[in-house]
Amino acid sequence: MNNLFQALMDIVGEDHISNRQEELFIYSWDLGTTEPHKPDFVVSPRTTKEIQKIMELANREKIPVVPLGGGLSLAGLAVPFKGGILVDLKRMDTIIEVNEQARYALLECGVSQGQLTSYLERNHPHLTHSEPGAPPTATIAGNAAIHGQGDLSQPYGFNSDMINGLEIVLPTGEVCCFGSCSIGAGWFTQHPLPDVGLFLGWTGTTGIITKISLRLFPCKKIRGTALFVVDDEDQVPEIYYKITHTQMCEDIVAFSQTIPPYAGGLHHFTVNLAADSEKELELKQEIIFDDALGKIIQQGYGGYLGFTPGLQHPQISKTSDWRKGGGFEYVGGIMPVSQYPECYRRGKEISERHNIPYTVLGRCIGAAHAMMFSWTYAFNRSDPETIHHAREAMRETDELALELGGTIWKPGIYGQKLVMDRMDPNTLELMKKIKQLLDPNGIMNPGNWEVKS
Amino acid sequence: MSLADFEYGDIIHRCFRCGYCKFPVNWMDVNNCPAYARYRMESYSCGGRLWLTRAWLMNEIQWTDHLAHILYSCTACKNCEVKCPLGINVDILNMIRAAKKEMVEQGKIPTAARDFLESIQLHGNPYRIPKSKRGVWMDEAGIERYQGQEYLYHVGCVGAYDTRAREAAKKLGRLLQKCGVSFGALGEAEPCDGNEVNHMGEEGLFEMMVEDNISLLNSLGVKKVITLSPHSYNAIKNDYPRYGGKFRILHYTQLLEKLIEANRLNPTVEMRIKVTYHDPCFLGRWNAEYDAPRSVLKSIPGVSLVEMERNRESSLCCGGGGGNFSMDLLGGSPDSPARRRVHEALATGANILAVACPKCLIILEDAVKVEGLDDKLIVKDIAEIAAESCGIM
Ligand SMILES: Cc1cc2nc3c(=O)[nH]c(=O)nc-3n(C[C@H](O)[C@H](O)[C@H](O)COP(=O)(O)OP(=O)(O)OC[C@H]3O[C@@H](n4cnc5c(N)ncnc54)[C@H](O)[C@@H]3O)c2cc1C
Repeated sequence: MNNLFQALMDIVGEDHISNRQEELFIYSWDLGTTEPHKPDFVVSPRTTKEIQKIMELANREKIPVVPLGGGLSLAGLAVPFKGGILVDLKRMDTIIEVNEQARYALLECGVSQGQLTSYLERNHPHLTHSEPGAPPTATIAGNAAIHGQGDLSQPYGFNSDMINGLEIVLPTGEVCCFGSCSIGAGWFTQHPLPDVGLFLGWTGTTGIITKISLRLFPCKKIRGTALFVVDDEDQVPEIYYKITHTQMCEDIVAFSQTIPPYAGGLHHFTVNLAADSEKELELKQEIIFDDALGKIIQQGYGGYLGFTPGLQHPQISKTSDWRKGGGFEYVGGIMPVSQYPECYRRGKEISERHNIPYTVLGRCIGAAHAMMFSWTYAFNRSDPETIHHAREAMRETDELALELGGTIWKPGIYGQKLVMDRMDPNTLELMKKIKQLLDPNGIMNPGNWEVKS
Repeated sequence: MSLADFEYGDIIHRCFRCGYCKFPVNWMDVNNCPAYARYRMESYSCGGRLWLTRAWLMNEIQWTDHLAHILYSCTACKNCEVKCPLGINVDILNMIRAAKKEMVEQGKIPTAARDFLESIQLHGNPYRIPKSKRGVWMDEAGIERYQGQEYLYHVGCVGAYDTRAREAAKKLGRLLQKCGVSFGALGEAEPCDGNEVNHMGEEGLFEMMVEDNISLLNSLGVKKVITLSPHSYNAIKNDYPRYGGKFRILHYTQLLEKLIEANRLNPTVEMRIKVTYHDPCFLGRWNAEYDAPRSVLKSIPGVSLVEMERNRESSLCCGGGGGNFSMDLLGGSPDSPARRRVHEALATGANILAVACPKCLIILEDAVKVEGLDDKLIVKDIAEIAAESCGIM
């Protein structure tokens, strides 16, 4: 271990390595309900070259490597279950290039969502990216590594569908590029070359993304949120359908929660609109709320609550801190939109069983092709009983997501097992072969997506 | 001490570690916590410190030098409190200070912190220089002793002892004289105000100092105080009243602003400089005074004022608060906050980095030297710029 420490220190420098109890403690914890596991070392490299050397060393010594971005994925996905080297990637935070014409940004993997948002606002006000509702310290690469979604997922799909290219350090230490950059043609497209899908959604089990080319989108002068409400969950799928038909919005989220009390039992929709002029904005509002939803409003099933200009940057919501306990975790299911009512009803039951005020939310992905439906469970970090309840509720919800015909997004180890138990055996076998090919010594984020023989 | 006995034991677990506390208001990067900027490990972020404190109080980890280093590297710059979205934000620094206090009570603090406190106790300053030398600066500047004038000019330890800061202290004194302000200073009788002692968790010593200082000032009939340092200003304004010390207190930039408004200060020399201003934490975030220093600078002929991207509430701390000016737990790296900060100043195209705090003055000037920027950027106190514009050299 001493030799390993020295070897790692030679790679990253003495300020950027630790095996002291304080760092091992902090990096053993996820922010959710996952039990802590300590790494043996924490390193925070600055360059791809350093990461490459770390991987070569780890592969030679057969020691686990766990990549960490913002550490906000909440499902224990970067908890070092088998110890090893925790690689905190947040020092890799250079915005290398923004190509205004081709609308993409080339980023080092540790660039945070907040950093990119702010950079674009200040330097390229005509461009924006699909920002998740996560705290702004979440990284762009961490989000892609788990197939995240953001506030442009309605028109453009998953955030991981917005990638033009990747630079990856493989578990065996080679650096590979994917997309047009691989033939020296710049970073403007992923297709039509062979896919980068080997690294997206794999939660860091096939390599470390060191650079990422992310698609940017037009940012209109006026952006804001229209609010619409209905009291019957059965109406929600139809409303998603009608709104997406208009092709007029940037984001559609339906939510329901016990707190504040006026919101309980109701289903609010936040519909993000963008326009370059008041005229365009009015037209969009008319098309959505008069033409598409007018009937529902006239019949008294739903109400339009107005438009608020300006997009709120993501905040930790009040319900998340409901227990005044600094803890919450959620299950995200990628669900058929038609299942919103059942997701809501069954989720509410689970919450009630565990004495947690319910908070559910469905974000529309694509033209209502799917929704990310989240069931959030708050807990009090200082009360083990509430942690236990939240954990149990999460497990029941993992099962529910599958039972209702969906799949679990960024599942923790428990959910991963449920998914793999149901997976087509040939697909599973292929996953295993890919993993063996890329990571012959099984060093990458072990514990996750491990296909048993 | 157990968690149950800790003053904030009922709320310390409420930090989610979402990381908002690392950002400036506009989110431009995750480096606005100076200790996190320097070390870039989660342990050195505000959330890291709170989680580690809790783990220590719950006996999940043991006290180590490293743990003490992590806690004492907090400069109390208040960025975390401004950015934290949760209701516990108002108590974040109280929690850190209470943890330091516990370390003080157990006698387990970094050596540099112990040396600092020992020197304050022995000499009334962190420099280990005898008290008798505290008045040298005012004799050099021909400043009167305080004898019931309208204002007491409290210069503070750094302004009294540090060669560079003394220049600023003297220029301010001469400027006030030129404006006809009735003031005096205490010289070797001036006590340390204790702001750093407080933020280092030495509550007992702080209380003693404050009580002594209040009775001294009261016995001299002091009603109004001007300070050179925002750190002194903060302690006298926000902490002394709890102990019965009620003084009308002004940071010197506030007084200069008033003097300009009243036409008593008329800067006339055309300066022809491009200036960017660095907000000191104890004037800005702690006391919401962002405008007075800027208004003074703007009223000086030939000053073109440009802002760094991180300014006002978002300003990046130079790394000198909470005793770190003396302990230097954040120095020694290109990632040290002051070394990052001078590059931000340079990026504005300014040739002068203006400050309103003697600690910022020294730390940033050192950073300019270490970064080899001496020929591009000069660090000056606003008092110096104003004085020069009034022909005081
Ligand atoms: C309040 C809240 C709201 C949220 N809302 C959303 C939302 O709206 N949309 C959404 O998509 N997510 C959301 N999330 C979930 C999550 O925070 C985000 O998806 C986030 O972007 C994940 O990024 P991260 O940097 O925190 O990843 P981490 O948690 O650090 O990592 C995630 C996984 O990817 C791996 N990994 C990290 N970086 C790399 C890399 N460079 N190369 C290879 N593997 C890597 C890690 O090992 C881990 O397995 C939310 C979370 C919270 C707490």
